[in-house]
Amino acid sequence: MRQRSIGGIVRPKGWHNVLMRGSLFLVLGLFCLYYLFPLIVMASTSLKSLAEIREGTLLSLPRAITFEAWGKAWDSACVGVRCDGLKPFMWNSVAMAVPAVLLSTTLGAINGYALTKWRFPGADWIFAMILFGAFIPFQVILLPMARTLGQLGLAGTVTGLILVHTVYGLAFTTLFFRNFFVGVSDGILQAAKVDGAGFFRIFFQIVLPMSIPAIVVTVIWQFTQIWNDFLFGVAFTIGDSNPVTVALNNVVNTSTGVKEYNVDMAAAIIAALPTMLVYVVAGAWFVRGLSAGAVKG
Amino acid sequence: MADTPSLRLRTERWLERRLPQIVVLPLFALSLFFVYGFIVWTAYISMTPSRIMPVYDFIGFSQYDRLWATPRWYVAIKNLFIFSSLFIAISMVIGILLAILLDQRVRAEGLIRTIYLYPMALSFIVTGTVWKWILNPGLGIERYMREMGFENFTFDWLVNSDYAIYTLVIAAVWQSSGYAMALFLAGLRSVDDEILKAAAVDGASPWKTYTSIVLPILRPVFLSTVIILAHLAIKSFDLVVALTGGGPGYATDMPATFMYAFAFQRSELGVAAASATMMLMTIIAIIVPYLYSELRKTGR
Amino acid sequence: MASGIRLSKLRKTFGSTEVIKGVDLTIEPGEFVVLVGPSGCGKSTLLNLIAGLETVTSGEVRIGEALVNDTPPRDRDIAMVFQSYALYPTKTVHENITFGMQTRRIPHEAQQAALKEFSKLLQIDHLLARKPGQLSGGQRQRVAMGRALVRKPEVFLFDEPLSNLDAKLRISMRTEIKKLHQRLGKTVVYVTHDQIEAMTLASRIAVMDNGHIRQFGPPGEIYEHPVDLFVAGFMGSPPMNMLPGRLRRRDGSLVFEPHGAEAELHFPLPSEISDRLDAREGAELVLGMRPEAIFAAGTELPGPNRFVFEKTVEVVEPTGPDTMIVFSIGETELIARVRPEDAREAGTRFRFEVDLSKAKIFDAKSGQSL
Repeated sequence: MRQRSIGGIVRPKGWHNVLMRGSLFLVLGLFCLYYLFPLIVMASTSLKSLAEIREGTLLSLPRAITFEAWGKAWDSACVGVRCDGLKPFMWNSVAMAVPAVLLSTTLGAINGYALTKWRFPGADWIFAMILFGAFIPFQVILLPMARTLGQLGLAGTVTGLILVHTVYGLAFTTLFFRNFFVGVSDGILQAAKVDGAGFFRIFFQIVLPMSIPAIVVTVIWQFTQIWNDFLFGVAFTIGDSNPVTVALNNVVNTSTGVKEYNVDMAAAIIAALPTMLVYVVAGAWFVRGLSAGAVKG
Repeated sequence: MADTPSLRLRTERWLERRLPQIVVLPLFALSLFFVYGFIVWTAYISMTPSRIMPVYDFIGFSQYDRLWATPRWYVAIKNLFIFSSLFIAISMVIGILLAILLDQRVRAEGLIRTIYLYPMALSFIVTGTVWKWILNPGLGIERYMREMGFENFTFDWLVNSDYAIYTLVIAAVWQSSGYAMALFLAGLRSVDDEILKAAAVDGASPWKTYTSIVLPILRPVFLSTVIILAHLAIKSFDLVVALTGGGPGYATDMPATFMYAFAFQRSELGVAAASATMMLMTIIAIIVPYLYSELRKTGR
Repeated sequence: MASGIRLSKLRKTFGSTEVIKGVDLTIEPGEFVVLVGPSGCGKSTLLNLIAGLETVTSGEVRIGEALVNDTPPRDRDIAMVFQSYALYPTKTVHENITFGMQTRRIPHEAQQAALKEFSKLLQIDHLLARKPGQLSGGQRQRVAMGRALVRKPEVFLFDEPLSNLDAKLRISMRTEIKKLHQRLGKTVVYVTHDQIEAMTLASRIAVMDNGHIRQFGPPGEIYEHPVDLFVAGFMGSPPMNMLPGRLRRRDGSLVFEPHGAEAELHFPLPSEISDRLDAREGAELVLGMRPEAIFAAGTELPGPNRFVFEKTVEVVEPTGPDTMIVFSIGETELIARVRPEDAREAGTRFRFEVDLSKAKIFDAKSGQSL
């Protein structure tokens, strides 16, 4: 985020100022604790044994660190009737997210490019109508989608989920690229047109190389959205084809046997790891995606 | 010959000129079918006597009568209202506060921002799972406080039908207030430096600078943040499923979980479609005027 | 009574880069001082240091008698007009103008009186209910001026206030600012990169380059007697012609011989210059001549220290009142300012006359005027 040039304004000095600075950092620090607290609890619980959880409290740190719960969450916890942990479902999520992200981003880029840089009559209307798809409550398409997937023979498959995420991700990706391309000077395109380049040549040789930032933002945003999705996963897949979010929920809400909180927490961290990793590595891009999501030009 | 280009050349030129439309068309058709077609489809199902399988006999609005005669639907509506107003209000307050504080030349700003925002990268299922653990009366905060010596401390909102809805607010605020912060901070940073310098020369205190100059400039940011949060609230499904499962009983049902339960568990497709249509109407009432004004502003 | 400003040994560093490198400057009460220089020379930073919008790294800033290094802007008795005008977009013109008085808790009647006086003076009294977004560029500029004037501070600071206006409006606002200064008699520090603005407005000009003040003096002195090649090249449009060459003795008197020129082209130097340069024979020098010091031969009344030579016209650039003729001596391009009726087509031979009593000699290495 941009830094200001107003840091140098001369301010009154004295105890009043020191007090203000002090309370500023106090409040900021307290909020850091507030946001970190669940993460700490989650991590510390996942490293405890079940016995220790029963004896200690939420905040007590693990006395004997054990990765048993992690191992169990990864490959032997029971999800429904199947007991090989989250591992197969992580692969489901990868197999779903990667193609869906690539497809929706590519199509969104072409769409945004055609709609902003080759404006034809009705382009604004088409954009507005596509954009609306980003805001509908997905409950309104669940029933017809289930039916359609059934007709296509894709019911309960990862391929079906890829289709769903691509179709409903398109509105967002088109929006992102449109917002980016609006800021790209038409002059460059006109120069390319004068040089005799056509629609696709301009796209691949000129526009695409310029759009790396937009592509990164879109890929990160789409990946986070698709990986974290639960509604489509739970509505359109069954058992073996569940994405990891659905599997996690099943692990946590299994009513049979002893409740293994440490396994739950380890499973939650495992399910969150890919998006957290993306966030830590590319946090700045993630923030740009968030603000772009605010329909700002 | 020179005046009349060959047919092939003319076709090529026509193709070249129409290429953008030809590219957009299938994608637009996709959107038409999967968004608008499905909306119409769902709206139609809501006017049929469909139960476990969709049937297509038109029966008018009687499913809506049934919906509005269902007590559980009223609970869902009431919950949505309580949840979204608290969620939006608290997230906005925290978001503005943190954004303003972070705007005070804080050296570790990048790190702090990262900490405030990371919950946005998590799935609501993960958020629900961890808060379920923290709020668990037997093992979470209640137990901790009792061990600390507050024997009578009770914090059983998660299993209390009257208060369970507020646990959803707690978890949702935790997850999304950083988002509000990021939107406001981006807004604050977009205010021209010279305006802030002018305010300093004019003698305005920091408090007066924010209340009287900066925040009024951020009015559009307020609006879009409210819209985004409202949109999140209305769609909230995952968090309810993971944190309370809609319970105790159906005390924390929301329209989204209501629709899901009626469609896939209770085999009342007609009622489910009717509730989905109601949700859509609500979103349209909020989003369409907003999108209209936004697109008019940025469009040419 | 207006306050003077005194800067001594002033330095400002951002991180590891030094932007102001030890500036000493004394501005008398009521003076109109223009800081001028190319972008990045530190002139805006210097203004911000006076305003209190940047903290001083070392040295002193005094306004009046008071040392104000640690005084916040609001207590410095200054007002400022910004390049972008920096009007508060959500406030009306009225609120914009009175905001500074409001924060200082000036009584309502006094606020209204001041508002009335200055909105009338600036002819914005019919715009008071509008928001800045509904005003034209020129109107916004006036409101920004009004906001500064209304508090009647001792010192006015202007940061390129006219650079966002179109050329015509810029000239009329320039005149208006000068009138206001004459009428109010307050101290003004005015930053611009436009040397014509500097010439027309200033009672004294400070030419800045790379964090230093190169020269500080009245406009006439800056123009006629630049201390070095930088000032000579920066002030004036088109810029001064700079002809590199050597000093030679011919027939007993000193002449300037340009590099790469034919043998007969050597400029005889007037005695007041050559007397000072006696010892410098053979040294690398630069001869500086303003375009108006070169004209068509025989078109001015004869005078001392004239030199006539013939060259080929390369480019002709009419500007209306004058016509610029571009020609070359050796590798150097020069510009002569002639009357339009004396101009000849490109490619023709042309007899130029140069008034060497207006010429300047600079040391080629140090750039200093000799």
